[in-house]
Amino acid sequence: MADAQQQNSTVLKKLIIVTVLMFGFGFLLVPFYKKICEVTGISKDKIAVSNTQMDPARWVSIEFDANVGKNLPWKFEPLTAHLRVHPGEFKQVMYRVVNTTNRTMVGQAIPSYGPARAGSFFQKIECFCFTQQTLKPGEEKIMPVQFVVQNDLPKDVHTITLSYTFYEQVKADAS
Amino acid sequence: MEATHAQDHGHGHPTGLMRWITTTNHKDIGTLYLWFAFIMLLAGGCLALLIRAELFQPGMQVVTPEFFNQLTTLHGLIMVFGAIMPAMVGFANWQVPMMIGAPDMAFPRMNNWSFWLLPVAAIMLVSSFFVPGGASAGGWTMYPPLFLQGGISNDMTIFAVHILGISSIMGAINIVTTILNMRAPGMTMMKMPLFVWTWLITAYLLIAVMPVLAGTVTMLLTDRHFGTNFFNAAGGGDPVMFQHIFWFFGHPEVYIMILPAFGIVSQVIPAFARKPLFGYASMVYATGSIAILSFIVWAHHMFTTGMPTSAQLFFMYATMLIAVPTGVKVFNWVATMWRGSMTFETPMLFAIGFVCLFTIGGFTGLVLAITPVDIQLQDTYYVVAHFHYVLVSGSLYAIFAGVYFWLPKWTGRMYDEKLGKLHFWLSTIFFNILFFPMHFLGLAGMPRRIPDYALQFADFNALATIGAFGFGLSQLILLVVVLKCIKSGAKAADHTWEGADSLEWTHLSSPPPYHSFVTPPVVK
Ligand code: HEM
Ligand SMILES: [Cu+2]
Repeated sequence: MADAQQQNSTVLKKLIIVTVLMFGFGFLLVPFYKKICEVTGISKDKIAVSNTQMDPARWVSIEFDANVGKNLPWKFEPLTAHLRVHPGEFKQVMYRVVNTTNRTMVGQAIPSYGPARAGSFFQKIECFCFTQQTLKPGEEKIMPVQFVVQNDLPKDVHTITLSYTFYEQVKADAS
Repeated sequence: MEATHAQDHGHGHPTGLMRWITTTNHKDIGTLYLWFAFIMLLAGGCLALLIRAELFQPGMQVVTPEFFNQLTTLHGLIMVFGAIMPAMVGFANWQVPMMIGAPDMAFPRMNNWSFWLLPVAAIMLVSSFFVPGGASAGGWTMYPPLFLQGGISNDMTIFAVHILGISSIMGAINIVTTILNMRAPGMTMMKMPLFVWTWLITAYLLIAVMPVLAGTVTMLLTDRHFGTNFFNAAGGGDPVMFQHIFWFFGHPEVYIMILPAFGIVSQVIPAFARKPLFGYASMVYATGSIAILSFIVWAHHMFTTGMPTSAQLFFMYATMLIAVPTGVKVFNWVATMWRGSMTFETPMLFAIGFVCLFTIGGFTGLVLAITPVDIQLQDTYYVVAHFHYVLVSGSLYAIFAGVYFWLPKWTGRMYDEKLGKLHFWLSTIFFNILFFPMHFLGLAGMPRRIPDYALQFADFNALATIGAFGFGLSQLILLVVVLKCIKSGAKAADHTWEGADSLEWTHLSSPPPYHSFVTPPVVK
């Protein structure tokens, strides 16, 4: 009888060890799967995200320009004056604007392009010109333009000038 | 011997409720497991009927979409962990010691613990319906990121799964030790009844994969509360990895639910065909190979996660390979019946129903194993049809067959054969009305786990709902049969079924003494 009990507890101990090992094995599967993905090259960070829309053979120069309208004494300038991009390439540049007056003013920037026909190939994804900008006295703002020059830009266009002019916006609700 | 003998005559034996709470007797514990499983079957069944009531017509009528998701989730968890698995352990408790000529399980006290953990987990699961936010609603598979979000009920589910896992592991350890160490003299491994073999292999599977499940849900828990990022993509984790680890448990789990069913059917069919089981050794080896193969097929649940083609092919072929030993078993059952002098009492009816309907489920499994097909059918009602054919007309039918088969032995009284047959025929008719149309719904593209559907699915859904209520109500017949049998059944003969040849029939009275085989029988 005692002998049988002895045998039972031997099996019990072995099985408990297996249980504990399998519990650990569950956690071991985590690095194990990561390793497999790495070795077989299916890891998510190995899959290079590449921009298939980009035309790396072609360069286009972009000139950034900034002006203010007559009645708007703001300081307005691009932080990058010049950039070379590939068509299809995503880029972001910043503009800086300062309200030098001592009253709160509202302005809106209007873009224009040189040559003008390049405008329809210059796709702005995000631009401070999409909305009105309100600046308190002395306030400074850094504002982004995100853009892609489209692939079908006519072949003879090598340089595009993007020019913004800020105009004072008479309060919309006043009109 | 002396000590055991004294205990036999109940000095200081608690009675009433305390008898059941403190019992270490394998027969008592088997009974507890089976009643628990039956109550959970009814609870899970009520959830299913609510699901089907909502799906009776297109549009939202009965429940809110959030509650619908809670219903499908808890239905799955309760049926898998509360009904099927405990019922199988209940059979193991009653039958394994009697079939191998042992006086009890190897660790009676641990056995008591294994059972009494279950109600705790069940209460936790069921009461999670009433906490703020309601019960878990991300599906029984607990996939992140959904499961990482959500309220306190997800923590209750995790905790319940931990407890259920511990219970299963303790039960499995008990069963392995009993089978390895406590067989009567002469009961060699290859003389063991097939039910014992299937449970031995199932118990090993449990010990291998329940800890992995415990680890997985622990990772969910630490991701939720302790700042780890195993599965949390925002923190560099990988939600798909959860699926890999979960199904590493999950596929062996489905075999944990079906192998003991194979065992029960392999006892019942020879008894009523009055022939020894055809190909006993091949049955043992087939069970073993199914168990081993079940570890290398898990990703057939993940064909749409963007695995490389080579991996998809591997898992497709491996999955199809499992059908070979499964087929061997089906052929052996049919060959056992071939030219047998068969009679069709209720256990045999359920066993034959099992062979026919489980095989349909096996075939739809093979269809789903084909990667390009599965990519179409994943998460449709076709999958729902597949796993209910293998689980309801598979595992559950085997449980019914086993209950009718051994009820005379356990209670010493005969059940009502007429009612038993009625139970079988109503169940089978309504089962097919309920689940067969789901094949068509799935092929036509109806997604699973969605509370509403497009108009063209209306007719088949109405049909399925009618089948569901018919099937659900038919199960009450079983309750009547069992209660009637216990209270007023005619006295059953010791060797109730003359074709059955395992020790509990040939060596023990019906009902067996509270402590059987105190002196081991000698098996020739
Ligand atoms: C011939 C054997 C079998 C094969 C080839 C097979 C194959 C499959 C495949 C490929 C799936 C994935 C379907 C999908 O999600 O797209 C599946 C799902 C499932 N199978 Fe099987 N199966 C077999 C037997 C079984 C058995 C015996 C059971 C349980 C007793 C079972 C239970 C399940 C369950 C529960 C699911 C669904 C899990 C979920 O997503 O919730 N299967 N089966
Ligand atoms: Cu599977």
